[in-house]
Amino acid sequence: MYTEKVMDHFTNPRNVGQLENPSGVGEVGNPTCGDIMRIYIDVKDNVIQDIKFKTFGCGAAIATSSICTEMVIGKTIEEALELTNKDVASALGGLPANKMHCSNLAADALHEAIKDYKNKSEQG
Amino acid sequence: MQQVYMDHGATTPLHPEVIAVMTDVLTNHYGNPSSVHAWGRDAKKRLEEARTSVAKLIGAQPEEIFFTSGGTEADNMAILGVAKGLEKKGKHIITSAIEHHAVLYPCEVLKKAGYDLTILPVDDQGRVRPEDLALALREDTVLVSIMHANNEIGTLQPIAELARIAKERGVLFHTDAVQSVGKIPVNVNELGVDLLSFSAHKIYGPKGVGALYIRRGSRILPLTHGGGQERRRRPGTENLPGIVAFGKAAEIAQRDLTAEADRLTKLRDRLIDGLTAIPEVRLNGHRTERIPTNVNVSFRYIEGESLLLSLDLKGIAASSGSACTSGSLDPSHVLLAIGLSHEIAHGSLRLTLGRINTEDDVDYVLREVPVVVERLRSMSPLYNQK
Repeated sequence: MYTEKVMDHFTNPRNVGQLENPSGVGEVGNPTCGDIMRIYIDVKDNVIQDIKFKTFGCGAAIATSSICTEMVIGKTIEEALELTNKDVASALGGLPANKMHCSNLAADALHEAIKDYKNKSEQG
Repeated sequence: MQQVYMDHGATTPLHPEVIAVMTDVLTNHYGNPSSVHAWGRDAKKRLEEARTSVAKLIGAQPEEIFFTSGGTEADNMAILGVAKGLEKKGKHIITSAIEHHAVLYPCEVLKKAGYDLTILPVDDQGRVRPEDLALALREDTVLVSIMHANNEIGTLQPIAELARIAKERGVLFHTDAVQSVGKIPVNVNELGVDLLSFSAHKIYGPKGVGALYIRRGSRILPLTHGGGQERRRRPGTENLPGIVAFGKAAEIAQRDLTAEADRLTKLRDRLIDGLTAIPEVRLNGHRTERIPTNVNVSFRYIEGESLLLSLDLKGIAASSGSACTSGSLDPSHVLLAIGLSHEIAHGSLRLTLGRINTEDDVDYVLREVPVVVERLRSMSPLYNQK
């Protein structure tokens, strides 16, 4: 049911964990539906220097979180904001139809983290 | 890598003796049991011998056994057939919240057609309270359908007591015994049930064959119409290879039942003790009133499909009640019915034992599961929130 790429990211997820003093944190999903993704970003000079994630969810949820972090590390905030959930799924070689909706939220979590970063910088 | 199949609740491997008789029928006994000639008479004899073996397993008379395509068809036949047969008596059906969909959905179909449906709740161990059934029975109740052993959590219902309550009120009682037949002694007269569904592929027989026991004298109409097979209650040329194989599987199940039940209960209890030693885990279902083959636990902070994929990578076959494996957004209705929150229900793991499992398999599972749980928890945002 999953592509090799999904299984690779599920088995060896990249950038799992959390950041000590993140520039921004974003979280989407809820335990009721069975998926929660939390993404931490460290931004310097408008560029995502470091990124970590923690995910509660199925294989697709973990794999999309993992590849999403890989896709935006080193990218500018503007570039990262252009990333969509669809792009993330495509990068994994596709997801089963029933996973496209509920478990494909990594880009949303990333955008929430960027929003948090922007809010904090404005306040700061 | 070690391969451990612990999903016997889903299906079982064919017993070698079953393969032998099935192959023999497929190869040498191709007659139609309805034919007059020698080929037909030979097939008919084998059909009736199988019926006797299958009947014996549940303490029934051969003429009370009606072969079907499996448990689902038997459940549908019982519920829709009785409803049709007793239409004039009333339009009220009683079932429980933890039934298999093969029972719940035909009941829903009847509800849409104007029937009243009472769905009895269960306690936190998954048991129906007999007093709830007594209160739910009405003048127009035509059928009570409550499963014997639950497919997800393995809990056994007090069927004899429930059936007695229904009988006192003159109401037919059906039980889906797909998960209990062949694993614990099942006797239709001791249980006092009028209809009982069971299936071959859960007892080391082939897929695509099951049976409905119908107590003599019970009013039920057929769902399909055609020839005179199965005394017109289930027309269509009989699946002879499957039925003969079912008969063999039933004989073996009966022969090995006591020894296997003892052996598997010990393995089950070792699994339960070992898994519940992991922090923040709960056992789902009754501790003792459960089939010898079922273990169901929920691990906090992790999701079932991730758990299954991880175990699969270690060569372990299991199942889960998480939404991702139920084909909907909601986790198992059974786990919700025993009071689990969505979050905990998503993290459930079902291991179902069978004749091929050994002490060594249990050791392997008890070694690997904690590693997988710890890894997934370390990735979970919920785990850190503690």
